[in-house]
Amino acid sequence: MALLEVKDLKVRVEEREILHGLTLTVNEGEVHAIMGPNGSGKSTLSHVIAGKPGYEVTDGQILFKGEDLLEMDPNERAAKGVFLAFQYPVEIPGVATMTFLRTALNAQRKARGESEYSTPDFLRKVREVSKSLNIPQDMLKRGVNVGFSGGEKKRNEVLQMALFEPSLCILDEMDSGLDIDALRIAADGVNALRSPKRAMVVITHYQRLLNYIVPDVVHVMSKGRVVKSGGKELALELEASGYAQFEDAA
Amino acid sequence: MNVAVAKTGNGRAVSDLFASAEGRLPGSPSVIAVRREAFETYERLGLPHRRIEEWKYTDLRALVGEVLPLAASPDAAALKRAADAIKAHAIAGARKLVLVDGVFVADLSDVKALASEAGLRTLREALEKDAGLLEAAATDAVIALNAALATDGVVLSIADGAQLSAPIQIIHIATASSASAFSRSQIAVGNGARATIIESFVAAGAKAYQVNDAVIVSVGDNADVAHIRLLDDAPDAVNVTSQFVTVGANTKLNFFNMTTGAAVSRLQGFITLAGEGSDLSINGVNLLQKTEHGDTTLVVDHAVPNCVSREVFRAVIDDRAHSVFQGRIIVRPDAQKTDGKMMTRALLLSDEAEADNKPELEIFADDVSCGHGATAGALDDSLLFYLKARGLPEKQAQALLIQAFVGEAIEQIADDGLREHVIGIAERWLERRQ
Repeated sequence: MALLEVKDLKVRVEEREILHGLTLTVNEGEVHAIMGPNGSGKSTLSHVIAGKPGYEVTDGQILFKGEDLLEMDPNERAAKGVFLAFQYPVEIPGVATMTFLRTALNAQRKARGESEYSTPDFLRKVREVSKSLNIPQDMLKRGVNVGFSGGEKKRNEVLQMALFEPSLCILDEMDSGLDIDALRIAADGVNALRSPKRAMVVITHYQRLLNYIVPDVVHVMSKGRVVKSGGKELALELEASGYAQFEDAA
Repeated sequence: MNVAVAKTGNGRAVSDLFASAEGRLPGSPSVIAVRREAFETYERLGLPHRRIEEWKYTDLRALVGEVLPLAASPDAAALKRAADAIKAHAIAGARKLVLVDGVFVADLSDVKALASEAGLRTLREALEKDAGLLEAAATDAVIALNAALATDGVVLSIADGAQLSAPIQIIHIATASSASAFSRSQIAVGNGARATIIESFVAAGAKAYQVNDAVIVSVGDNADVAHIRLLDDAPDAVNVTSQFVTVGANTKLNFFNMTTGAAVSRLQGFITLAGEGSDLSINGVNLLQKTEHGDTTLVVDHAVPNCVSREVFRAVIDDRAHSVFQGRIIVRPDAQKTDGKMMTRALLLSDEAEADNKPELEIFADDVSCGHGATAGALDDSLLFYLKARGLPEKQAQALLIQAFVGEAIEQIADDGLREHVIGIAERWLERRQ
């Protein structure tokens, strides 16, 4: 079943069109990789799906579980099951990680008409998940991402993904700023979350990440469109020949 | 010419006020004479206005206009309402001293529990002896007016070496609408003593009232004092408070003020570091909405060498509210090795919110480290989006960031229960803007 349907999407930022009619369908249980050179519109796509302000959708639509995503506020999208793992997770001094996690989780549950987690249940769940991701408890006591290394910030994103149990995860350049060990830990966390009901869109510039998170489908983006789609072998092909061939195609 | 206008404008109303209040004011004939003199000072000056430099941003003539008549002594119904208000505002474990419409009420206070640890008199009792407590720097019109009309207050003395086992909470409760309460208190903390003093200003059903409070604080040597002031008056009230603080040597004084109420409020603090090696920390939080006007004006006087003073002030300003912070640090010629700094940050939640910051350094010594900084800005959009992308609705995301913004100042309160109480007041303020 189609979880995410992006249809002929056109997006502008400050009068400049970035996406020129992008179409993409992601089914439940699938992992899609979106690759492309800098400036091809990969991050714009992730931001528009999550609802970041500053982007003007001039044409096309985004359906999520058949509903019009563009009509929803970012928090409503999150409650429906859309999760964006940020390329650069922000630091929020003064907001304790645990407070943040609990407030966010309960806000999503409330929006879905579910009961809020009790403190013991919540703590048990966080402990369980953080242990599997190798996140020390004292990291959770600090302000959100404050003083975290690049790897810790990405692990914190994966922790949230595991806690919130979204049905669509968009990983925006998860590999940026990570050394190989940090990348492996984060990727292991992501792989553990793969399930027949959950889809993932992995946005990356390099093929390297896809050695760890192996996609079902690879799309190549160039100049605001998907110019080629294929199996995982397409990523290897790109690694060998580069993006130049697609720049002309677009 | 302006002065003449002021006198006919405000003078007559106050003359009537003093004449009608005189019979209720405590004190011997000599005390009454001091009051009359203070009152004449007030008459001569009138309510402060923008042409007086210290009141430039808080023009009481424009904001308040007139001084309301003195509130009647609280009757049984008022005391009943006050008792209910105490339940909502008392801090668990603290010993309460309650002033209702400016009058000390022993029946609502923990007089007995306090007796073993601190000396307590009322202003009324203290004025039977002499007028000493009314004689504080009456050059400012609102202070002079307070001296003229102060009906009551608490006179607390904490002996040398005393270690208070529980905080003392002075609760000012307003029950009378469209009336004024004038109170004046003294807190004397002895050498080596350790104490936590809280002052709370709340309403019990009263509307459009005015509070004029004065507090004279003296802290001895080697003492450790936490002084917390929580202004949570009715949204249409006026509160003008003047504090005179003298700090001895090697003492630690932690002052915290939070303003979450009153249409117009001004806290003016005059703090003198009179003994070497002391550490003064002042933290302030203003949470203002609608058309509220909140002013914190501090003068920190380093009169001796080797003291540290830190002022951290946070203002959160919504709608068309107006926050004022004026901080002056004076370093006297002898006060070498002074380390005095102030930092003020304003968070503007609307385009019409206003923050005025006026730092002043008057440095007469040559080997000091002094500085000030000020910032003003809106909530960070990237932080807001991150929180919303995690499921928090706009207002809840804002609330979390606002709490973080003021948290740095609130964190300075060491006592867990007290800090939770203060956070609770801030949370209720946030709920009011949802």
